[in-house]
Amino acid sequence: MRKIVALTGNDAVGTAMKQINPDVVAAFPITPQTELMHKFAEFHANGEVDTELVLVESEHSAMSACVGAAAAGARTMTATSAQGLALMWEILYVQASCRLPMVMPVVNRALNAPLNIHCDHSDTMGARDCGWIQIYSENTQEAYDNVIQGVPIGEKNDVRLPVMITLDGFILSHTMERVELLDDDEIQRFIGEYQHPHSLLDTENPVTYGPVDLPDYYFEHKRQQVLAMERAKDSILEVGRAFADLTGRDYGLFEEYRLGDAEIAILAMGSTAGTAKEAVDQLRDRGKKVGLLKLRVFRPFPYEELGQSLEHLKVLAIFDRAISFGSYGGALFSEVRSALFGAGRIPLVTNYIYGLGGRNISVEEIGSVFDELEHVAQTQQIENTITYLGVRE
Amino acid sequence: MRKERGWQEIPIGGLILEAGNAEEYETGSWRTYRPVKDGEKCIHCLRCWIYCPDSAVLTEDGNQVGFDLEHCKGCGICAAECPPKVRAIEMVLESNFEEKE
Ligand code: SF4
Ligand code: SF4
Repeated sequence: MRKIVALTGNDAVGTAMKQINPDVVAAFPITPQTELMHKFAEFHANGEVDTELVLVESEHSAMSACVGAAAAGARTMTATSAQGLALMWEILYVQASCRLPMVMPVVNRALNAPLNIHCDHSDTMGARDCGWIQIYSENTQEAYDNVIQGVPIGEKNDVRLPVMITLDGFILSHTMERVELLDDDEIQRFIGEYQHPHSLLDTENPVTYGPVDLPDYYFEHKRQQVLAMERAKDSILEVGRAFADLTGRDYGLFEEYRLGDAEIAILAMGSTAGTAKEAVDQLRDRGKKVGLLKLRVFRPFPYEELGQSLEHLKVLAIFDRAISFGSYGGALFSEVRSALFGAGRIPLVTNYIYGLGGRNISVEEIGSVFDELEHVAQTQQIENTITYLGVRE
Repeated sequence: MRKERGWQEIPIGGLILEAGNAEEYETGSWRTYRPVKDGEKCIHCLRCWIYCPDSAVLTEDGNQVGFDLEHCKGCGICAAECPPKVRAIEMVLESNFEEKE
C-alpha cells in the first residue's frame, strides 16, 4: 500500500534503495557517507533486504566492488557525497566505460578545501565528463522517484550506463518533507527483473571485462558511449512516461515553470528550483512576465530541447552552484549558452554563481536577480555577464 | 593483419566475448630476450610448459618441442623454472637473431 509520510531526503532515498532491494551494495560506511547509507545498513541489519552489503575501506574500493558486482550481473547500488565522489573518480570512468549500469544517489556537497560539508554542486558537476547519466532532484519526492526511475533508465539494453541521482546536501538530505512512498510490489514490477547480457558468472558464455584497448580500438569504444548517452535521453523519457502512468508524477528532461509566455527567466538545478518557483509566483502576482526552467537531466545534456524552450526569452540567467575554475562562467552557463547558439534566436544570457559551501539562497535574492534581469531587458545591456551572487566585497 | 572494424560492429565497452582469442593477437614482437633450448639437456619435465604465462611452450606427445615465438614475450620464466640441474633454456638477446635473420 502507498503511504504518505514525513521523511528526510536521506531516509527517503534509503527507503527507495530498500524497496529496489538491489543484489549488491558496496559502500564506505564513514563520513563523507551520509545517513542515507546508515539507513540502508539498518534495513539490511533488520533483514528487510536480500542485498549483499559490502562495507569497504574507501570510496575508491566501494566503486571498484560495484564494478565487480555489476560485471557479475548483480543489480548494484552505492551512495556517496562530496570527497567520497572525488575519491571514486578513477573508477567512475571504469564503471561507465565497461557499460555497467548501476544507480548511485549522490548527496551534493562542497569539495574541500577549506573544509566544508554543506551543499553545492562541485562534486557532481566535476564528474560531468565521466560517462554517467546525471539527474538532479528539486525535492525529496523527486529524489525518491528519480532513484527508482534510475534503475530501468540505465539498465535498458541499448543504454547500459550508470546513473547518478543527486539531492542537495542538508537542504534535502537532512530536511523532513512530505513524501509519497510507493508499494514495494509496484516498485518491483516497475523495475522488473535485471537480465544482464554478459555476466561474468555465466560460464557457458565467457566474457572479459576491461582488457587492454590500444589506439586501434579505444576511440571506437568511446564513440559507442556517445551513442549510449544519446539513447539515454529516450530511455529517460520512456521511463518517465511509465512512471507518470503509475504515479501521476510527470518527469521529463526539464520542467518549464510559467515559462511559455515569460520574457525573463532563470535556469537552475536542484532545490534552488523550488525557491525560484516561489520567487516567480510572487513576481507573476505583480504582473511580471517571469519564468523558470528547472533542468532535471544534465547528462545527457538536452541541448536541442533547451534551445527550443529558451529561444523566445529576452533575458535568461543561468544559476550555477559550482565554479569551473579558469573557464568563462559555470559549466551549466557554458553549455546552455552554447546550446542557444544553435537555436533560432539568442536571448541575452547571464550567469549567477551562487550558494557555494552551503551559502543560503533566498526567495528575496532570486527576486532581486529578476530585478537585475528586468533592467538588462530594458537597456539591452549586460553589465556583468558573471556575478558571484552574495559574495561580500 | 585482420581488417579493423567500425565502432558499430564491435562489442560494447571493450568486452571480449570469445574465450581464447588472445591467440589472434601476436605479442612476440614485444620480446627483448628469446628462449633457446638445448635439446641435449632437456629432460621433458614440462615445468616450462606449466609456468609459461603465455602458453607459448610447444609440446608434442608429452615432449617439449620448442616455443611459439609469435606469442612468447621473452619473460624468462621458463628459463628460471627449468630445473637447476638441467638448465636447458638460455635467454638470448633478440637483436642477435635480427642481425642474422
Ligand atoms: S620466455 Fe616467457 S613467454 Fe616465452 S616461452 Fe618462456 S615463459 Fe613463455
Ligand atoms: S623445464 Fe627445462 S627440462 Fe623441463 S621441459 Fe622445459 S626445457 Fe625441458
